[in-house]
Amino acid sequence: MTKRKPKVAVVKFASCDGCQLTLLDAEDELLLLAESLHIAHFAEASSRLEPGPYDVTLVEGSITTHEDRERLLRLRVESHYLVTIGACATAGGVQALRNFADHDDFLRAVYAHPEYIHSLATSTPIADHVKVDFELRGCPIEKHQLIEVILSLIAGHRPRTSSECVCQPCKRRGTVCVVVAQGKACLGPVTQAGCGSICPAYDRGCYGCFGPSRDPNVRAWSDGILDGKSDPGHLANLLSNFNVAAPAFAQESQRLWQITGRIPEQSPGKVTDGR
Amino acid sequence: MSESETTTRAIQVPILTRVEGEGALHVRLRGNEIEQVQRKIYEPPRFFEALLRGKPMDDVADITARICGICPIAYQMTSVQALESIQGIAIDPGVARLRRLMYCGEWIESHVLHIHLLHAPDFFDCDSAIELAKRFPNEVKRGLKLKQIGNRLLEVLGGRAIHPVNLAIGGYYRLPRREELAALVADFEWGLQQSVDVAKWLGGLSFPEFDVPYEFVALSCPDRYAIETGEIASSGHSSIAVEDYEKFFYEVHVPHSTALQARKKPRDSTYLVGPLARIQLNYHNLTPIAKQTAQAIGIAPPCRNPHKSILARAVETVFAFEEGLAILKSLAMPSRSRVPYEVRAGEGVSATEAPRGLIFHRYRVDNRGTVEFAKIVPPTSQNQAQIEADLRQLLPLLIACDDTKIALDCERLVRTYDPCISCSTHFLKLHIERV
Repeated sequence: MTKRKPKVAVVKFASCDGCQLTLLDAEDELLLLAESLHIAHFAEASSRLEPGPYDVTLVEGSITTHEDRERLLRLRVESHYLVTIGACATAGGVQALRNFADHDDFLRAVYAHPEYIHSLATSTPIADHVKVDFELRGCPIEKHQLIEVILSLIAGHRPRTSSECVCQPCKRRGTVCVVVAQGKACLGPVTQAGCGSICPAYDRGCYGCFGPSRDPNVRAWSDGILDGKSDPGHLANLLSNFNVAAPAFAQESQRLWQITGRIPEQSPGKVTDGR
Repeated sequence: MSESETTTRAIQVPILTRVEGEGALHVRLRGNEIEQVQRKIYEPPRFFEALLRGKPMDDVADITARICGICPIAYQMTSVQALESIQGIAIDPGVARLRRLMYCGEWIESHVLHIHLLHAPDFFDCDSAIELAKRFPNEVKRGLKLKQIGNRLLEVLGGRAIHPVNLAIGGYYRLPRREELAALVADFEWGLQQSVDVAKWLGGLSFPEFDVPYEFVALSCPDRYAIETGEIASSGHSSIAVEDYEKFFYEVHVPHSTALQARKKPRDSTYLVGPLARIQLNYHNLTPIAKQTAQAIGIAPPCRNPHKSILARAVETVFAFEEGLAILKSLAMPSRSRVPYEVRAGEGVSATEAPRGLIFHRYRVDNRGTVEFAKIVPPTSQNQAQIEADLRQLLPLLIACDDTKIALDCERLVRTYDPCISCSTHFLKLHIERV
């Protein structure tokens, strides 16, 4: 085995740049990482863009245009490991709300000349189009998890990221449960941990930005909370944001919208053949 | 295809790197005449204004944060303030101070990022900050440390630096703990001193001569350097109320871009928002050390050179540390985190100064607090037409150069704007066509 540094690429599709920014926000580790990796393609940080193949490609963003899909297919061929970073790449992101709306109506709402815009009617995760080797959750991703993923893949082992739900680290953080003590709706029990269980520590319910935890029982979650007093529409909205198209969340929000009988103009409640 | 097009010499240079978002530049030259300059933005549209419709008011700040990972506070704060105006909420003065402090944190994080990681490499012919760090290890490490302080403040006040979770209509979900804020004082004292050194380091750079007849536009306050409130001031007319923004400024949709472009009435003119505009309009309100620094490094008015925007960011970084430190030292903790309110229907606006310039939001909600309408005008879409105008002014000076040099200089000029293409809807390719 040669001693060459592993080649890493960071690539973006439809997104806010927040997840790749997480790498630049690793202020203590960035220069060290740059010594052990060869960052070959990272347009937000460097003007030198080297062609593939890459050992590890980090992909931010969802697929919303035909051109982006083509670019992704080429990128997969050039990448040994392809890792999605963040809710957009992993679940379609908040822009996947369009999957449940009338795309033409969205176009008309934002653009004076919809005919100038070429976008797909859906925002879809990377795994809908190509094989993904590892998915890192979060909106945004968490910096230490990102470093763990990069270093693990380079070392040739599977990244060790937690598969707990938000509640466990929340307890360890010593936060008083906002559901039990204050009756707030909190997605913690059905959401993947990794953020640091921030929201309850800031006196609000979790809004699910790390997406569904492993095999979540979202129906039991909503039944438990509805048994209290919450409005099903409120819970449906809570499920319909940054991971709206993640199947476990989409399915339950669809059911909840049906209960309310008032279905907003974009929500999983509207689809008949929803993802 | 016409004959002239078939004889076109087209050069594709993979370019606008070190910006946020994806775009390209298309220049068509006929002999020595510039026929067309278009900054194409193909950042895929995400339809935020449409997907906000039907959302509960409380979710708006969480959603608008996702427009931009570098300046989420700008989006959150502007959303929350517009919604508070609809609800007739007057926030506690202590909460208002904490919000100004929080915004200082975002200016620090965003400006220091742009200065060190995105812009400074251009002055040393480096491709990236990582390359720059080989020649200037201490300067780059200092920059990273300063950025970390901005982020740390956002973590304390917001829970995390990217997409913070703590801003709420009426105040905050939870007030920061006194000891967490107190722990930041020493960092801000260090940051203030070091940010002055950063400004002096940058002040020693040589800048290309370039003077653009800008109309500067920024919020302005009588008693302080405007960030989160103010009237809209301009170097071309007297100030207007934020409520009247849309009477003077409007957006047009051009075929080559998924970002709308703002223009100013009555003459469809371009204008400049951002750090350079703010310093030129609000210099008198800079904090003392920031003002001295501005004088010392040559960014005090008048300055109309976009290349010096890095100096404007450096001065505003000094300002943000100085202002932040003053707030940290004098803060009276509010008695409550949020003002309670009864939901009512209505329409409201807000404008604030994002790191990249003026940002305007308008919302309408129904009597259940559900969003019926949202309009968001980010700074980069306002600067978009100005960037194209600057390029038109620059290109005649470069016409004799080879395409690589033209590409490089155009890219550098665009980068001075710190364009955030994700916001206004990366990866810029320069396409020069010679016919």
